[in-house]
Amino acid sequence: MKTVRISIIGFGAVGQGVARSILAKREDLNKQGIDLQVVGISDSKGSEINAGGINLKSALERKKNKGTVAKGKENALDIIRDVEHNIVVEATPTNIENGEPGLGNMFAAFEAGRHVVTSNKGPLALRFKELKEAAEDNGLYFRYEATVGGAVPIFNLIHEALAGNTVIGIEGILNGTTNYILTRMAEERMPYELVLKEAQELGIAEADPTYDVEGIDSACKLVIIANSVFGQDATYRDVEVTGITKITPEALELANKNNYVVKLVCEARGNGLTVAPRLVPKRHPLAVGGTLNVASILTDLAGRITISGKGAGSIETASSILSDILFIARNS
Amino acid sequence: MIVSMTLELKDIPGQLVLALAPISELHGNIMSVVHQHDEKTPRGTIPVQITFEIEHKVLNKLIDRLEKSGVGVARVGEERLRSTVSVILIGHIVHSDMGDTIDRIDSTGFAEVVDMSLSMPAIEKTSSSYLVINAVGEKELSIALDILREVAHKKDLLMIEPIRQNSEAA
Repeated sequence: MKTVRISIIGFGAVGQGVARSILAKREDLNKQGIDLQVVGISDSKGSEINAGGINLKSALERKKNKGTVAKGKENALDIIRDVEHNIVVEATPTNIENGEPGLGNMFAAFEAGRHVVTSNKGPLALRFKELKEAAEDNGLYFRYEATVGGAVPIFNLIHEALAGNTVIGIEGILNGTTNYILTRMAEERMPYELVLKEAQELGIAEADPTYDVEGIDSACKLVIIANSVFGQDATYRDVEVTGITKITPEALELANKNNYVVKLVCEARGNGLTVAPRLVPKRHPLAVGGTLNVASILTDLAGRITISGKGAGSIETASSILSDILFIARNS
Repeated sequence: MIVSMTLELKDIPGQLVLALAPISELHGNIMSVVHQHDEKTPRGTIPVQITFEIEHKVLNKLIDRLEKSGVGVARVGEERLRSTVSVILIGHIVHSDMGDTIDRIDSTGFAEVVDMSLSMPAIEKTSSSYLVINAVGEKELSIALDILREVAHKKDLLMIEPIRQNSEAA
């Protein structure tokens, strides 16, 4: 049995999803010869540390009842630097202004000789190249499947399954909130403001929906793709972005009459990075509805490959994180 | 120029070759042939629609040759605008002078707005429109879109373009 020790930095929806999925999969993983031990969990109020393995069930219950996992005063950096473990799961909230606290946590992890698995877009949309180099310089893995497309395995598909192919271009719908709003507007002929309100009530859109509806979240994800797949050194400020706030139900109806749907499409090709509402033929593989995400990858050998799935959600995002953890567990 | 023709062939073997040979002899480039063998004209001939690219000055010579070899030329037409794109514009379209926007495209001589639907929910609210633009070729179409983008930007209209479609692997 190979014991892999991990820390979970950030214990919100994603961090808790990781803890839940490790709990649920423990037996399966043991059968595969892998024993995942969570030795440190931190949130904004403090942390729990146990070198012998934290009881995840009681940590989740404590978080639910008290609003924090904290048992001690140690913070994220204390765990990353001082607790002996292999993989840091960085799941703090995305901050696209300066990437913190995720950015500092990731650099500290590489300095301490620990692999990083993350769902946090901010640091990667701002300083991807430096992070990648910090990992490589220390001979460590840096995996970020959960940053783009939630459960949809875009990077695994491109870097592993499609290895050997040259990627010519990628188009996708990478934001579930805007896809939900556009789908509902088209189906119900409701104006943008009303559908946004409905999405907020359902918890699909945030109280401040700016990042989603102005296309900034999509732009960050597109930048991570451009950097990871095309080796660029782009930041989200390099993306030409148009949001969905000006779209009218009448425009969607006109599109519908002519066999199109309108989608907020991210496009990476050569040096051009754009996020904009586009007309998509109804029978095109990109025409997915609801909160679904989709990515269509054009390669030289395999031709076009399109995958779609759930782009958000606690357990769905944890699926991508768990896959990255297991990749490292098997390959290190 | 791009020409489309409807030819009428006798219902005996070897007629299609007879019809196509003169086009290639005159250095025409055949783009499509629609041959409906089970559909006869009242005259008992078989109609064939062909589209090809050919120099304008040899067109009459071609028609002569076809008719001398017994192939009926029922219709000749120029296919001028063969590239097409649909876009949506959202904003104060009517107040920003839609006629002028269309004129800017039509005045190029190589592209035209061939269809337009407009939806105006209420005065003072933004309108939405669906436009179809045709052009003589892909390059000209892309220039027409550049013009429309510039106009949309100036008039503060949101322009929604189609995703790229004919982007298959090399």
